[in-house]
Amino acid sequence: MASNEGTQKSNDYQNRALDAVCVNESKLSHPYWYNLKYLFVGSLFGVVFVKAEIISWFRIQEMFRLQSFHMYGVIGSAIAVGMLSIFLIKRFNIKTIYGEKVEFQPKTFNKGQIYGGLLFGFGWAMTGACPGPLFAQIGTGASVIVVTLLSAIAGTWVYGYTRTKLPQ
Amino acid sequence: MFFVAGIALGGFLTVWLMPNDSIVLVHPHLAADLYQSGLTDYSGLVPVELFNWNSLFSLRGFLLMVVGGFFVGFGTRYAGGCTSGHAISGISNLQLPSLIATCCFMAGGFFMANVILPYILNL
Repeated sequence: MASNEGTQKSNDYQNRALDAVCVNESKLSHPYWYNLKYLFVGSLFGVVFVKAEIISWFRIQEMFRLQSFHMYGVIGSAIAVGMLSIFLIKRFNIKTIYGEKVEFQPKTFNKGQIYGGLLFGFGWAMTGACPGPLFAQIGTGASVIVVTLLSAIAGTWVYGYTRTKLPQ
Repeated sequence: MFFVAGIALGGFLTVWLMPNDSIVLVHPHLAADLYQSGLTDYSGLVPVELFNWNSLFSLRGFLLMVVGGFFVGFGTRYAGGCTSGHAISGISNLQLPSLIATCCFMAGGFFMANVILPYILNL
Protein backbone atom coordinates (compact mmCIF):
# COMPACT_ATOMS: atom_id res chain seq x y z
CA MET A 1 0.00 0.00 0.00
CA ALA A 2 2.77 2.37 0.91
CA SER A 3 4.64 1.72 -2.35
CA ASN A 4 1.40 2.19 -4.28
CA GLU A 5 0.99 5.60 -2.77
CA GLY A 6 4.58 6.39 -3.69
CA THR A 7 4.02 5.53 -7.38
CA GLN A 8 0.88 7.60 -7.45
CA LYS A 9 2.72 10.55 -5.98
CA SER A 10 5.55 10.32 -8.50
CA ASN A 11 3.07 10.06 -11.40
CA ASP A 12 1.28 13.10 -10.15
CA TYR A 13 4.61 14.89 -9.87
CA GLN A 14 5.58 13.98 -13.45
CA ASN A 15 2.26 15.22 -14.80
CA ARG A 16 2.61 18.51 -13.02
CA ALA A 17 6.26 18.87 -14.08
CA LEU A 18 5.18 18.43 -17.72
CA ASP A 19 2.69 21.22 -17.39
CA ALA A 20 4.42 23.88 -15.43
CA VAL A 21 7.57 25.94 -15.68
CA CYS A 22 8.50 24.85 -12.20
CA VAL A 23 6.81 22.62 -9.65
CA ASN A 24 6.02 24.02 -6.28
CA GLU A 25 6.53 21.16 -3.86
CA SER A 26 6.17 23.33 -0.79
CA LYS A 27 4.05 21.69 1.87
CA LEU A 28 3.61 24.89 3.82
CA SER A 29 0.31 26.70 3.93
CA HIS A 30 -0.11 30.21 5.14
CA PRO A 31 -2.85 32.73 5.84
CA TYR A 32 -3.63 34.97 2.87
CA TRP A 33 -1.71 38.01 4.08
CA TYR A 34 1.54 36.02 3.70
CA ASN A 35 0.90 36.47 -0.01
CA LEU A 36 1.14 40.24 0.21
CA LYS A 37 4.91 40.03 -0.24
CA TYR A 38 4.28 38.53 -3.69
CA LEU A 39 2.09 41.55 -4.40
CA PHE A 40 5.07 43.71 -3.45
CA VAL A 41 7.57 41.80 -5.63
CA GLY A 42 5.03 41.83 -8.48
CA SER A 43 4.70 45.60 -8.13
CA LEU A 44 8.47 46.01 -8.38
CA PHE A 45 8.38 43.82 -11.48
CA GLY A 46 5.64 46.04 -12.94
CA VAL A 47 7.59 49.24 -12.22
CA VAL A 48 10.68 47.82 -13.96
CA PHE A 49 8.57 46.64 -16.91
CA VAL A 50 7.27 50.15 -17.48
CA LYS A 51 10.39 52.14 -16.70
CA ALA A 52 12.67 49.91 -18.80
CA GLU A 53 10.11 49.97 -21.66
CA ILE A 54 10.08 46.15 -21.63
CA ILE A 55 6.32 46.29 -22.21
CA SER A 56 6.68 48.68 -25.15
CA TRP A 57 5.27 47.30 -28.39
CA PHE A 58 7.77 49.49 -30.27
CA ARG A 59 10.78 48.01 -28.45
CA ILE A 60 9.61 44.49 -29.27
CA GLN A 61 9.25 45.40 -32.95
CA GLU A 62 12.75 46.91 -32.94
CA MET A 63 14.11 43.73 -31.37
CA PHE A 64 12.61 41.54 -34.09
CA ARG A 65 13.75 43.92 -36.82
CA LEU A 66 17.27 44.12 -35.36
CA GLN A 67 16.89 47.89 -35.05
CA SER A 68 17.86 48.28 -31.43
CA PHE A 69 19.96 46.51 -28.84
CA HIS A 70 17.53 47.47 -26.06
CA MET A 71 15.70 44.16 -25.48
CA TYR A 72 18.80 42.05 -26.10
CA GLY A 73 20.53 44.02 -23.36
CA VAL A 74 17.59 43.54 -20.99
CA ILE A 75 17.28 39.79 -21.60
CA GLY A 76 21.06 39.28 -21.69
CA SER A 77 21.64 41.03 -18.38
CA ALA A 78 18.68 39.15 -16.85
CA ILE A 79 20.32 35.87 -17.87
CA ALA A 80 23.64 37.00 -16.37
CA VAL A 81 21.96 37.88 -13.07
CA GLY A 82 20.02 34.59 -13.18
CA MET A 83 23.21 32.59 -13.70
CA LEU A 84 24.93 34.34 -10.82
CA SER A 85 21.89 33.81 -8.55
CA ILE A 86 21.66 30.11 -9.37
CA PHE A 87 25.40 29.72 -8.84
CA LEU A 88 25.20 31.42 -5.43
CA ILE A 89 22.10 29.42 -4.39
CA LYS A 90 23.81 26.14 -5.29
CA ARG A 91 27.23 27.08 -3.94
CA PHE A 92 26.02 28.30 -0.55
CA ASN A 93 22.93 26.10 -0.43
CA ILE A 94 20.72 29.11 0.18
CA LYS A 95 17.27 28.26 1.53
CA THR A 96 13.93 29.93 0.77
CA ILE A 97 12.71 32.46 3.31
CA TYR A 98 10.82 29.60 4.99
CA GLY A 99 13.97 27.51 5.24
CA GLU A 100 13.11 25.10 2.42
CA LYS A 101 15.73 23.88 -0.03
CA VAL A 102 15.68 25.41 -3.52
CA GLU A 103 15.70 22.56 -6.03
CA PHE A 104 16.41 22.88 -9.73
CA GLN A 105 14.63 20.41 -11.96
CA PRO A 106 16.24 19.59 -15.30
CA LYS A 107 13.89 20.23 -18.21
CA THR A 108 13.20 17.49 -20.72
CA PHE A 109 13.00 18.15 -24.42
CA ASN A 110 9.74 17.68 -26.31
CA LYS A 111 8.41 18.92 -29.64
CA GLY A 112 6.23 21.44 -27.84
CA GLN A 113 9.26 23.63 -27.30
CA ILE A 114 9.56 23.95 -31.10
CA TYR A 115 5.91 24.23 -32.19
CA GLY A 116 4.76 26.03 -29.09
CA GLY A 117 7.84 28.24 -29.21
CA LEU A 118 7.11 29.33 -32.79
CA LEU A 119 3.47 30.07 -31.95
CA PHE A 120 4.56 32.02 -28.89
CA GLY A 121 6.96 34.00 -31.09
CA PHE A 122 4.09 34.92 -33.46
CA GLY A 123 2.01 36.12 -30.53
CA TRP A 124 4.94 38.00 -29.00
CA ALA A 125 5.55 39.98 -32.19
CA MET A 126 1.81 40.67 -32.72
CA THR A 127 0.86 41.79 -29.21
CA GLY A 128 4.28 43.16 -28.29
CA ALA A 129 3.97 41.37 -24.97
CA CYS A 130 4.63 38.05 -23.31
CA PRO A 131 2.43 36.90 -20.41
CA GLY A 132 3.88 39.05 -17.59
CA PRO A 133 3.89 42.35 -19.50
CA LEU A 134 0.20 41.89 -20.45
CA PHE A 135 -0.69 42.60 -16.82
CA ALA A 136 1.60 45.63 -16.73
CA GLN A 137 0.11 47.02 -19.97
CA ILE A 138 -3.35 46.79 -18.40
CA GLY A 139 -2.00 48.52 -15.30
CA THR A 140 -0.71 51.46 -17.35
CA GLY A 141 -4.25 52.08 -18.56
CA ALA A 142 -4.42 50.15 -21.83
CA SER A 143 -7.73 48.62 -20.76
CA VAL A 144 -8.37 46.86 -24.07
CA ILE A 145 -5.42 44.54 -23.33
CA VAL A 146 -7.83 42.78 -20.96
CA VAL A 147 -9.19 41.19 -24.15
CA THR A 148 -5.69 40.02 -25.15
CA LEU A 149 -5.21 38.59 -21.66
CA LEU A 150 -8.55 36.75 -21.74
CA SER A 151 -7.65 35.41 -25.18
CA ALA A 152 -4.29 34.21 -23.85
CA ILE A 153 -6.04 32.46 -20.96
CA ALA A 154 -8.41 30.90 -23.49
CA GLY A 155 -5.29 29.73 -25.37
CA THR A 156 -3.92 28.00 -22.27
CA TRP A 157 -7.33 26.37 -21.76
CA VAL A 158 -7.51 25.13 -25.36
CA TYR A 159 -4.00 23.72 -24.98
CA GLY A 160 -5.10 21.81 -21.89
CA TYR A 161 -8.14 20.52 -23.76
CA THR A 162 -6.24 19.39 -26.90
CA ARG A 163 -2.86 18.44 -25.42
CA THR A 164 -3.32 14.68 -25.80
CA LYS A 165 -3.81 15.14 -29.56
CA LEU A 166 -0.77 17.37 -30.07
CA PRO A 167 2.74 16.07 -30.89
CA GLN A 168 4.82 16.10 -27.73
CA MET B 1 -2.48 35.65 -8.43
CA PHE B 2 -1.02 38.11 -5.94
CA PHE B 3 2.08 38.33 -8.09
CA VAL B 4 0.30 39.20 -11.36
CA ALA B 5 -2.00 41.62 -9.55
CA GLY B 6 1.21 43.22 -8.30
CA ILE B 7 2.53 43.56 -11.86
CA ALA B 8 -0.62 45.46 -12.87
CA LEU B 9 -0.44 47.55 -9.69
CA GLY B 10 3.23 48.33 -10.41
CA GLY B 11 2.36 49.44 -13.94
CA PHE B 12 -0.40 51.66 -12.58
CA LEU B 13 1.79 53.17 -9.84
CA THR B 14 4.60 53.90 -12.28
CA VAL B 15 2.35 55.83 -14.64
CA TRP B 16 0.67 57.59 -11.72
CA LEU B 17 3.69 58.43 -9.54
CA MET B 18 6.58 58.50 -11.97
CA PRO B 19 5.23 60.09 -15.14
CA ASN B 20 7.59 60.20 -18.06
CA ASP B 21 7.06 63.19 -20.33
CA SER B 22 9.62 62.27 -22.93
CA ILE B 23 8.17 60.50 -25.93
CA VAL B 24 9.21 56.96 -26.81
CA LEU B 25 11.99 57.26 -29.37
CA VAL B 26 11.32 54.88 -32.22
CA HIS B 27 13.96 53.77 -34.70
CA PRO B 28 13.57 55.81 -37.94
CA HIS B 29 13.15 52.70 -40.12
CA LEU B 30 10.40 51.36 -37.86
CA ALA B 31 8.76 54.79 -37.77
CA ALA B 32 8.87 54.98 -41.57
CA ASP B 33 7.24 51.54 -41.91
CA LEU B 34 4.57 52.38 -39.35
CA TYR B 35 3.88 55.69 -41.09
CA GLN B 36 3.24 53.75 -44.31
CA SER B 37 0.54 51.86 -42.42
CA GLY B 38 -0.99 55.09 -41.15
CA LEU B 39 0.40 54.89 -37.64
CA THR B 40 1.74 58.18 -36.36
CA ASP B 41 1.23 58.13 -32.59
CA TYR B 42 4.25 56.71 -30.77
CA SER B 43 3.55 58.39 -27.43
CA GLY B 44 2.45 55.36 -25.43
CA LEU B 45 4.06 52.06 -24.57
CA VAL B 46 1.29 50.40 -26.55
CA PRO B 47 0.38 52.08 -29.86
CA VAL B 48 -3.03 53.59 -29.10
CA GLU B 49 -3.97 53.58 -32.79
CA LEU B 50 -3.70 49.79 -32.89
CA PHE B 51 -4.83 48.77 -29.43
CA ASN B 52 -8.11 50.43 -28.52
CA TRP B 53 -11.68 49.28 -27.94
CA ASN B 54 -12.90 50.48 -31.35
CA SER B 55 -10.17 48.74 -33.33
CA LEU B 56 -10.99 45.51 -31.49
CA PHE B 57 -13.89 45.14 -33.91
CA SER B 58 -11.77 45.70 -37.02
CA LEU B 59 -9.96 42.81 -38.68
CA ARG B 60 -6.54 44.31 -37.86
CA GLY B 61 -7.33 44.85 -34.19
CA PHE B 62 -8.98 41.46 -33.87
CA LEU B 63 -5.93 39.70 -35.33
CA LEU B 64 -3.45 41.61 -33.18
CA MET B 65 -5.29 41.41 -29.87
CA VAL B 66 -7.46 38.30 -29.94
CA VAL B 67 -5.46 36.00 -32.24
CA GLY B 68 -2.12 37.34 -30.96
CA GLY B 69 -3.21 36.84 -27.36
CA PHE B 70 -4.35 33.31 -28.15
CA PHE B 71 -0.91 32.51 -29.63
CA VAL B 72 0.78 33.87 -26.52
CA GLY B 73 -1.31 31.73 -24.17
CA PHE B 74 -1.36 28.57 -26.25
CA GLY B 75 2.33 28.82 -27.17
CA THR B 76 3.41 29.45 -23.60
CA ARG B 77 1.66 26.33 -22.36
CA TYR B 78 2.73 24.20 -25.31
CA ALA B 79 6.37 25.26 -25.04
CA GLY B 80 6.27 24.82 -21.26
CA GLY B 81 7.31 28.37 -20.46
CA CYS B 82 7.62 31.94 -21.67
CA THR B 83 10.38 34.50 -21.95
CA SER B 84 11.09 34.50 -18.25
CA GLY B 85 10.61 30.75 -17.77
CA HIS B 86 12.72 29.56 -20.69
CA ALA B 87 14.89 32.43 -21.97
CA ILE B 88 15.90 33.84 -18.61
CA SER B 89 15.47 31.15 -15.95
CA GLY B 90 16.07 28.18 -18.24
CA ILE B 91 19.17 29.44 -20.04
CA SER B 92 20.72 30.73 -16.82
CA ASN B 93 20.32 27.19 -15.45
CA LEU B 94 22.00 25.88 -18.64
CA GLN B 95 19.00 23.92 -19.87
CA LEU B 96 19.27 22.88 -23.53
CA PRO B 97 15.45 22.57 -24.02
CA SER B 98 15.13 26.20 -22.88
CA LEU B 99 17.73 27.31 -25.41
CA ILE B 100 15.83 25.46 -28.16
CA ALA B 101 12.55 27.04 -27.02
CA THR B 102 14.13 30.51 -26.93
CA CYS B 103 15.50 30.08 -30.47
CA CYS B 104 11.97 29.15 -31.59
CA PHE B 105 10.48 32.19 -29.77
CA MET B 106 12.91 34.39 -31.67
CA ALA B 107 12.41 32.59 -35.00
CA GLY B 108 8.62 32.94 -34.67
CA GLY B 109 8.97 36.59 -33.69
CA PHE B 110 11.33 37.43 -36.55
CA PHE B 111 9.05 35.75 -39.06
CA MET B 112 5.92 37.46 -37.75
CA ALA B 113 7.44 40.94 -37.35
CA ASN B 114 9.21 41.01 -40.71
CA VAL B 115 7.09 38.87 -43.02
CA ILE B 116 3.47 38.72 -41.81
CA LEU B 117 2.96 41.75 -39.57
CA PRO B 118 3.44 44.35 -42.37
CA TYR B 119 0.42 42.80 -44.13
CA ILE B 120 -1.65 42.82 -40.94
CA LEU B 121 -0.77 46.46 -40.25
CA ASN B 122 -1.90 47.43 -43.74
CA LEU B 123 -5.33 45.82 -43.34
